[in-house]
Formats: sequence, structure tokens, C-alpha cells
Amino acid sequence: MTASDLLLTVSGLCVSYEGIEALHGVSFEVAKGEIVTLIGANGAGKSSILRAVSGLVPYAGAVVYTGKDLKNLPADRIVAAGIAHVPEGRGIFGNLTVGENLKLAAWQRRDKSAVARDLDRVFDLFPRLRERTKQLGGMLSGGEQQMLAVGRALMSDAELLLLDEPSMGLSPVLVREIFKIISEINREGKTVLLVEQNAHLALQIARRAYVLETGRIVLSGTGRELAGNPRIREAYLGG
Amino acid sequence: MAYFFQQLLNALQLGSIYALIALGYTMVYGILTMINFAHGDLFMVGAFFCFLLAVYLKLSFVPTLLLSMLGVACLGVIIERLAYKPLRTAPRVSAIITALGVGLFLENFTLALSPYPKHIPPLLTNVTWTVGAVSISSLQVLVIVLSLGLMLILDFVVWRTKAGMAMRAISWDKTIVPLMGVSVNKIISLTFAIGTGLGGAAGVLYSLAYPVIDPYMGIMVGWKAFICAVVGGIGNVRGAMIGGFILGAVEILVAAFFPSTYRDFVAFTLLLGLLILRPYGILGRPQPQKV
Ligand SMILES: Nc1ncnc2c1ncn2[C@@H]1O[C@H](COP(=O)(O)OP(=O)(O)O)[C@@H](O)[C@H]1O
Ligand SMILES: [Mg+2]
Repeated sequence: MTASDLLLTVSGLCVSYEGIEALHGVSFEVAKGEIVTLIGANGAGKSSILRAVSGLVPYAGAVVYTGKDLKNLPADRIVAAGIAHVPEGRGIFGNLTVGENLKLAAWQRRDKSAVARDLDRVFDLFPRLRERTKQLGGMLSGGEQQMLAVGRALMSDAELLLLDEPSMGLSPVLVREIFKIISEINREGKTVLLVEQNAHLALQIARRAYVLETGRIVLSGTGRELAGNPRIREAYLGG
Repeated sequence: MAYFFQQLLNALQLGSIYALIALGYTMVYGILTMINFAHGDLFMVGAFFCFLLAVYLKLSFVPTLLLSMLGVACLGVIIERLAYKPLRTAPRVSAIITALGVGLFLENFTLALSPYPKHIPPLLTNVTWTVGAVSISSLQVLVIVLSLGLMLILDFVVWRTKAGMAMRAISWDKTIVPLMGVSVNKIISLTFAIGTGLGGAAGVLYSLAYPVIDPYMGIMVGWKAFICAVVGGIGNVRGAMIGGFILGAVEILVAAFFPSTYRDFVAFTLLLGLLILRPYGILGRPQPQKV
């Protein structure tokens, strides 16, 4: 991996809530075209990392994206820089239709024909969304909402997708479907930083992985290495 | 029958002014879950802008209306930036107290400049048509048509434009909106501009219809419009319009049958009764999400 391939570099990241530090100097990087996963138990600090990268929480340390320091950029400018964040719990606007949710995600784009093309692409990936364009986001099932959340990230035309526990609350069948689509999106050129508690599947599709415990990265390696690591097997893969 | 139509026109005129003001309360609430208690006083400032522009600059009706709306909208945006924005994450009671303070400031600032009530000159020649036994004044028609026009435009903005979509998204969950690439601050400013601008328009129309204005005129009208917004379902734009027309109708109806001193008492009692039947207002729903 050469420096020019690096898309995102996070170094010495510290995040505190009401004076209590939740992240204690986290460093990692994501190269162009990769799927990188951050795995860790509930409360380890995974979401805090994503929230810092996309400018939702203040932090100490550095976040650099394609050579640009993101520290003082407001969240909406970070989207413009090319990062889309699918938040934990999906963050669907329940009072907007499916179509409006998708359109809103393309807020900053002026290239109308490309937006229309991306919308078609989203509907090809998620045919159920096409059927439900006029329905309110709040009426969708959990799985459909997750698809809509990923669809929105694609509508922003970002190069890097931050996905926060896309498997949360979904049935095993739907989880596999979502992971298949994440791999497919990645093959088409999107870089993915995937946060998961479901380490099993995450390690299967990720090129590289980091393990987070109480605000610190304690292990890193390729997805395959970590999937074979006895400590990981015991702690995250159920033995 | 003629009497009924006469009263209906009066109710529509009063109701459309209440509705315009109620929209400002409801839009700000929808986006910030905050009651802008200075809004009634911004309505009053609109009336004084109308006075200044018409009397000192001798402007005609259309520029007076547009400039008053613009002036009040700018004032609304400045107030939000200076007074409310720093308190966005503070406990809600701080924002409420600040809004009441801003209202008192506007009242007393205006009082200092203009200690006596002002008379608004007629900006338009008023024609009265007589249809059967009903007399219709052109002023009345103008107030109603202009208000309805502004409400239609607003409804279009909220439901059919990208900015309106962003406003509705913020009212659902403003922590997610920045992730869509939308600047929440800009949309909040836009919302204040539109909401207070409509309040300014109401101030102008009100002072044409009831041409004596004073610095405290916004208090009672503001409270009433606030109640309209609550009755319609606070945060709901169409609800605010409905609430405004209901109060207009109730007031005119009560005044037709009871001594005029009973008007506000009966009107408020009826509206509170309505709230007991529908605690979230006519079009309001219990918030489905954490606030
Ligand atoms: N808004 C918040 N206020 C206070 N503490 C928080 C907040 N968000 C997260 N935390 C704390 O920070 C730590 C990391 O949380 P989080 O990043 O959500 O972890 P994860 O996503 O891995 O479950 C936890 O101890 C959590 O309780
Ligand atoms: Mg989390």
C-alpha cells in the first residue's frame, strides 16, 4: 500500500463525552478500494470513531481524507468532500417518502443526469425501494430501511462509505443479503469502512480489520488472519 | 343569510391574519422544538415597519408590504443567530426565557421610539361593493386573498421544494440531516426568515385592517396565534392555518352573540376544550421519535 492509495488516515483519535474519554488515541487507515472493518463489543467506541470522522462529534487527534485535514470542517462539508455515513439505527426520515429520503441525500449535487443514473442504480440494487418510492420511510420494515440507508449513501456520490452496524436487528437472511450488496458496491469502486458487532460476516468480506476494545485498537490484520486468530474466535466468533 | 355571509367575511379576514402569525410559531417549533415567544412582537415590528415606510418614505402598498416582510425576516434571522443559536443545546427553559426577553426588548425599544399609538394612513383606496344585503370591502378581500396566496406559496415550499424537504427532515431528526450534506444552520435561518417574514406580512395587513398600532399590540395577538398553532397541531403547517381560521370564526361568532368583553374568554375556553378532545391538536400526532 503506497501513500497515494491512502484514502483515510486517522491518528491519535480521542473522543470524550461530558469529560469522560471514550476513545483513547485510535489510529488506523483505509486505502482506496478496500473494505476495512472495525469490530468490537457494544460500547467499545466504534460509532464514536465514525461520528468523529464525519464531523458529528468534536475530537482530538487527526482525521485526514485524500490529503485534506477534516478537523474543522462541518459535517455537511465532509459529505461534499466524499464521505457518506450510514449511522447506527439507519437514521431514516420517517416523515419523508422513500423517494424524498434518496433525493435529500443528493442535496449538494448539481449533476442532474448523474443523479438520475445513481437513483436507477439504487433501484436496481434494491428493487423493493423502487416499489415503495411514494411510501413514508417510517412505514418500511427494518431491512428495507437499511437498504434505504445504504441507497442514500450511494446517492451522495461519496467515494468512502462509513457503515455503522448495517446488520443490526435484521434476520440472518437479510444480513447476508446486505453483506452481499456491500461487497458488490465495493467491487464497483466504493471504499467501505464497516463497523460491526457481527464479526463473523464482517471478517469474511473485509480485506483488513481492526479490533477495538474499550476505546483502543488491540489487534489488527487481514480479515482472514483475524478470523483464524484464537483470541478473536473466542471473544467474537463464539468459540 | 346576508348577516351570515357578512360575518363569514369578517371571520375569514381575522382568521387569515391569525393563520399567518400561527405559521411562524409552528415552523420554528417544527424545526427547533422551541416556541419563539418573541414572534408576536415581530408581528408588531411588521406593523411599525409599515408605518415607517408608508408615512416617512411615502411608499405605496406593494413596496411597503415587501420591504416590511424583508425587514422582519432579517430581524428574525438576526435574533435566531444572536439569541437562540447559542442556546440550542442548553435546557429548553433557557431558550424560552431568552425568547420572552427578546420580546420585551422589541416592545420597549419600539415604545422608546414611539411612545404614542400610531395611525396608519390608508394605503389603498377602499371600495365597498354591495351584493344583496352584504357589503364587501376591497380591503377585506385583499387581506384574505393575499394571506391565502402566501399560505399557498408556503405550502408549496414545504411540500414540493428541496428546501422544504430539508425542513421536514430536520423536524424529524436534525442530528441526521448534516449527513445528507445539508447545512442545518442555513435551513434554520431560512425557516426563521420565512416564518417571521409571514409574521411581518400579517403586521402590515393587520394595520391596514385595524389602523391604530402600538408597541404592545403583538402580545395578545401573538398569544392567540400561538394557541391557533397549538390547536392546529404545533409543528404542522396546515394545522396552523386551520387553527387560525377556527379562532377567527369563533371570535366573530362569539362577538355576534355575546357582549364583546366575553369574546376572548369564550374563545379561549372553546379552544382549550378542543385541546382536551385532541391533546396534540387537530392535525398533530404524538411525536413518534425521541426529541
Ligand atoms: N452521547 C453520548 N454521551 C455520553 N456517552 C456516550 C455517548 N455516546 C457514546 N457514549 C459512550 O462512549 C462509549 C463508546 O460508545 P460508542 O462509540 O457508541 O460504542 P459502540 O458503537 O462501539 O457501541 C460508550 O461507553 C458509551 O457509553
Ligand atoms: Mg455503535
